[in-house]
Amino acid sequence: MRHLVKLTFFVALLGLGACAQTGYLGDAPINGTGVASDPNSVAYFNQTVGDRVLFAVNENTLSAEARGILDDQADWMLRNMEYSALIEGHADERGTREYNLALGARRAASVEEYLISRGIAPSRVNTISYGKERPLEICSAESCYEQNRRAVTVLSAGAGS
Amino acid sequence: MTRFLTVLFLATVWFAPSAALAQQNPGPLQIEITEGVIEPLPFAVPQFIAGRRVEDQAADITRVIAADLVGTGLFREIPRDAYISNITNFDSPVQYADWQAINAQALITGSVTMEGGQLVVRFRLFDVFSNEPLGSGLQFVGSPDSWRRMAHNVADNVYERITGEGGYFDSRVAFVHEEGPKNARLKRIAIMDYDGANVQYLTDSRSLVLAPRFSPDGQTLLYTSYETGFPGLYTLDLATVTRRPLAERIEGTMTFAPRFSPDGQRVVFSLERGGNTDLYLMELATGRQIRLTEAPSIETAPSFSPDGTQIVFESDRSGGQQLYIMPAAGGEARRISQGNGRYGTPVWSPRGDLIAFTNQQRGRFHIGVMRTDGSEERLLTSSFLDEGPTWAPNGRVVMFTRETAGANGAPAIYSVDISGRNLRRVSTPGMASDPAWSPLNE
Repeated sequence: MRHLVKLTFFVALLGLGACAQTGYLGDAPINGTGVASDPNSVAYFNQTVGDRVLFAVNENTLSAEARGILDDQADWMLRNMEYSALIEGHADERGTREYNLALGARRAASVEEYLISRGIAPSRVNTISYGKERPLEICSAESCYEQNRRAVTVLSAGAGS
Repeated sequence: MTRFLTVLFLATVWFAPSAALAQQNPGPLQIEITEGVIEPLPFAVPQFIAGRRVEDQAADITRVIAADLVGTGLFREIPRDAYISNITNFDSPVQYADWQAINAQALITGSVTMEGGQLVVRFRLFDVFSNEPLGSGLQFVGSPDSWRRMAHNVADNVYERITGEGGYFDSRVAFVHEEGPKNARLKRIAIMDYDGANVQYLTDSRSLVLAPRFSPDGQTLLYTSYETGFPGLYTLDLATVTRRPLAERIEGTMTFAPRFSPDGQRVVFSLERGGNTDLYLMELATGRQIRLTEAPSIETAPSFSPDGTQIVFESDRSGGQQLYIMPAAGGEARRISQGNGRYGTPVWSPRGDLIAFTNQQRGRFHIGVMRTDGSEERLLTSSFLDEGPTWAPNGRVVMFTRETAGANGAPAIYSVDISGRNLRRVSTPGMASDPAWSPLNE
């Protein structure tokens, strides 16, 4: 329940909360969010740095905008060495289940590789794919699909895995 | 699942017509399933004659037999209020003229009795316009709670005698039961009879689970679960409802899309490492894993040919998803899908002749079938989202997932003939996806 309350707060701040219930915990920070005004807080990472990058249909290439966000993510992680990250890859609903799992893994790996290329120790990042199993937005339109084709960097305290 | 273990199941010929009759050609009472447009064959199934204290079972059994046959789209039941004569004694001669008059081409008669604590179901099938029985009378003996299976067995026998194809009613379907809103779905592995009866839940909703697959003997399921936090493969023994990880997770990998080999000795699956998904084979006896593909593309959704020598799978090595076939030990693959759009989730027919698949084109999803060389492709369905076909034991029908669009979109299980006819929603207790059709029950 604690997570749900936090998540609601988090989603409202991001302005992504158009949907009735966002029960998916994976997009929420696992440990304390802190205050967004504290640049070393997870809340700051999620909201100001940006915890996610979006992808084109069936793609896992990082756009210039995505690389900018990941540069900032890497900088933040280099300043906050006690955190490790689980990169979650997701797909929209317009694909078959198995392929979307593989596609989500490709997206998560793109982010992982990029963060490592920016100096993050490989032991601090891990990946998982949810395929199309955990949409954030639930309409069946491109406005939702583009938000769902995402890789989310979920921080947790305690480096290494 | 004790139901399937405790059933004492005997099917015996107890009434044989003369040898000459038995060897006769079935005559006019015959359906060629491969023919074009089919006019459903009219049949009558008067309520089976009930012995003492089994009136309800007799009514239920008769109802299930009729539902099985009508559900194929190949048969039409003549309503009982049209009957001229009725069957009051199972052993009395049939008044063929009375059934001809209402155009019943097939007549199924039967009796249900309780003998020594066992339910005994007997039936006969008549070719009304030939004035003779079609095949022998049969009797099934089983525990009283196996009455549905006995009804399915009668219907399978009728179906087999008239179509010349194997039946599929005495079978089960494993699937994923879904609950909750679209962005917080809870999923459980469940199993039911092919017609939606006897639903049993096999996992709780704590872990995300996907795509159950039957072992060739129908006793074990393979599925993907996020139980450890990461997707991995599990087996579930249906008799004891106990689950086990198939293998220990290798750090930095995920495994999914498993399927048994036809001999039940190996499992083919996808393993992802560093963003790249390839196909692997695992020998169950030794745990030894063999890598089958080695490409930077996505290789997934593998399915064995029924003889175990080949594997069909999907890959995006040429750009979009397409279907390929390779030797079961790995090696060069040939592309078989040649039509428009993307192709995924190929499944080899148990007959070996066709491959069912999901096709995506122009924003629509289709279930289709093609020959194993990619020829004679037919799209059977079309909707916002159809995916994941699974074959009936006789290779004549497929079930699949159909999901509706929008914030309230929900998945359901449908079935369709390989001719594209007889699209039906399969009864489930709620939202359901990822059906897997079992082999015929043993």
